[in-house]
Amino acid sequence: MKAGSLAMAFTYRLVTFAARNVPHSMKILVLISHVPDTTARIAFTNDNTAYDTSGIQFIVNPYDEWYALVRALELKEAQGGTVTTITVGGAETDPTIRKALAIGADDAVRVDTAPKDGHDVAAQVAAFAKDKAYDLILAGKETIDHNGSQVGPMLAELLDLPFISLAAKLDVADGKATAERDVRGDVEVVECALPLVVSCAKGMAEQRIPNMRGIMAARTKPLQVIPAAATEALTSTVKFELPPPKQAVKMIPAEEAGKLIELLHSEAKVI
Amino acid sequence: MSVIVFADTRGEKVAKSALETLTYGRKLASKDGASLTLVTFGDASVDKLAALDANKVVVARNIGDADSQQLTRLVADVATKEGATWIVFSHDDTGKAVAPRVGAKLNAGEVAGAITLPNDQGLIKRNVFSGKAQAWVELKTPVKVISLLPNSIPVEAATGTAAVEEYSGDLGTAKVTVKEVRKAGEGIPLPEAEVVVSAGRGMKGPENWGMVEELAKELHAATACSRPVSDMDWRPHHEHVGQTGIAIRPNLYIAIGISGAIQHLAGVNGSKVIAVINTDPEAPFFKAADYGIVGDAFEVLPKLIEAAKKLNAER
Ligand SMILES: Cc1cc2nc3c(=O)[nH]c(=O)nc-3n(C[C@H](O)[C@H](O)[C@H](O)COP(=O)(O)OP(=O)(O)OC[C@H]3O[C@@H](n4cnc5c(N)ncnc54)[C@H](O)[C@@H]3O)c2cc1C
Repeated sequence: MKAGSLAMAFTYRLVTFAARNVPHSMKILVLISHVPDTTARIAFTNDNTAYDTSGIQFIVNPYDEWYALVRALELKEAQGGTVTTITVGGAETDPTIRKALAIGADDAVRVDTAPKDGHDVAAQVAAFAKDKAYDLILAGKETIDHNGSQVGPMLAELLDLPFISLAAKLDVADGKATAERDVRGDVEVVECALPLVVSCAKGMAEQRIPNMRGIMAARTKPLQVIPAAATEALTSTVKFELPPPKQAVKMIPAEEAGKLIELLHSEAKVI
Repeated sequence: MSVIVFADTRGEKVAKSALETLTYGRKLASKDGASLTLVTFGDASVDKLAALDANKVVVARNIGDADSQQLTRLVADVATKEGATWIVFSHDDTGKAVAPRVGAKLNAGEVAGAITLPNDQGLIKRNVFSGKAQAWVELKTPVKVISLLPNSIPVEAATGTAAVEEYSGDLGTAKVTVKEVRKAGEGIPLPEAEVVVSAGRGMKGPENWGMVEELAKELHAATACSRPVSDMDWRPHHEHVGQTGIAIRPNLYIAIGISGAIQHLAGVNGSKVIAVINTDPEAPFFKAADYGIVGDAFEVLPKLIEAAKKLNAER
């Protein structure tokens, strides 16, 4: 009895102590894009107007997964809070979203539309996020299919938020984000009060492989599907093309390796 | 009617990427019979700015490039006042953050990382699928925003006698501020390098990078590496090239002890010339190479260094 109440008083102390020191728990939104696997065959259909998805394995865009999502989870684990993911796409993106949930996101939102362009993605996310008071919105630095690096900054503009691009490290303390960016070969340390949008690059976190428990839990985590906002396409991709095949490689015997330097100078004229 | 070019003019010399955007803007302007306005920031002298190939220069003196909101207000304000139809950026660290914001602010379509001028149908080409394909993009809005991939068009140097105007509008306070800049060492920054010497797991360990650095020094090159090399901390993260590191397009990429996995190639396939050194004649990198040597890096590198020294002595 006595021991019990002592323990309770102790716990109570701990809780109040913690409550005073724990920073405001963070509400984090992570943008998750559904992209072809890095080894996927690149081919086009419909007279080169659409990417040929037949037989293609799709994954979470690596920058979104390895850097943005994992860093969001680390911040949540350290400081408390929630991590929600958002994806703009049709039902075919659900397995990709479940993967992000398996890695550890709390819940997910899918805006049910095939996005028209990068601006459309940003506009859809902005329409959802504008009245939700996220402290931090994280995006990968670009997707590996469109490579536009547009969505993060466009979203920041549509929400009238500051933006830190290409962050290789991110910390949050006292309502402020501190990030390191590799720019022009130097490392720049920047600071900004929350809320803000950050685009995430290599260095920010290490890849996490989902475990069995995560995969099981992901099946029942909430995935809210919402209708798309009305938008107009500002751009359109009219056609795709593949680069011309490379010429055959010119081989130089290892014993005469120095000749490579001569050829690069006199023949290729690049040194 | 006008064409706006936004460029960073700070530093001793105006960067090549800034001159490329001016060349690009000038070509758009001549086609439309429009005037060209350069929007810039920082402390470049009036003389230096006036000599650039623009009809007019607007410079905001008291801001840096850390806060993309301030730069967005600056560019959007000038563009609106001038009735700009095209707004051109470099697809560099600053342009990547500001160009899309300006597009969103003005509800203008943006081509990120353009590699050509508009063709006869007004379509602009850009790389997609990490350089494994290209796309032709149409901009459907009256105001059009471009960020130009560095190294995509040759600079046509022209000098102007532009009127330089100091920007006096309200850009608000910077919410993103720079606390510290840690200068990298001596080396050439990788994204700007015209020659890159890159090495992979075939180098066996970080202690063997002396030879790689020495070759880079002789060729005035930057150094790069494959992903496992940076993951194992043999080399810093910012040297990691590929689909999940950075994408580069140097004139020459020399790959030593790198197998040439598809994710690695995705970051370097825009290089003009690729030379590969690998012990394995079946290494996939040879298929993407212009020059190849099947051989041990530990024997080949000293020969390359010696030849590079000889070439430098003759020049
Ligand atoms: C989703 C995803 C994303 C990825 N992103 C990237 C990326 O951005 N960048 C990247 O680089 N990789 C990336 N990878 C990893 C990629 O698949 C390869 O594993 C990696 O590029 C291999 O690095 P490497 O060539 O240095 O090492 P290895 O594959 O181990 O190759 C070493 C090479 O060195 C040669 N060699 C060995 N000894 C010598 C010697 N003495 N002299 C000369 N040659 C020698 C060998 O023949 C071999 O070809 C990614 C993988 C995945 C799954």
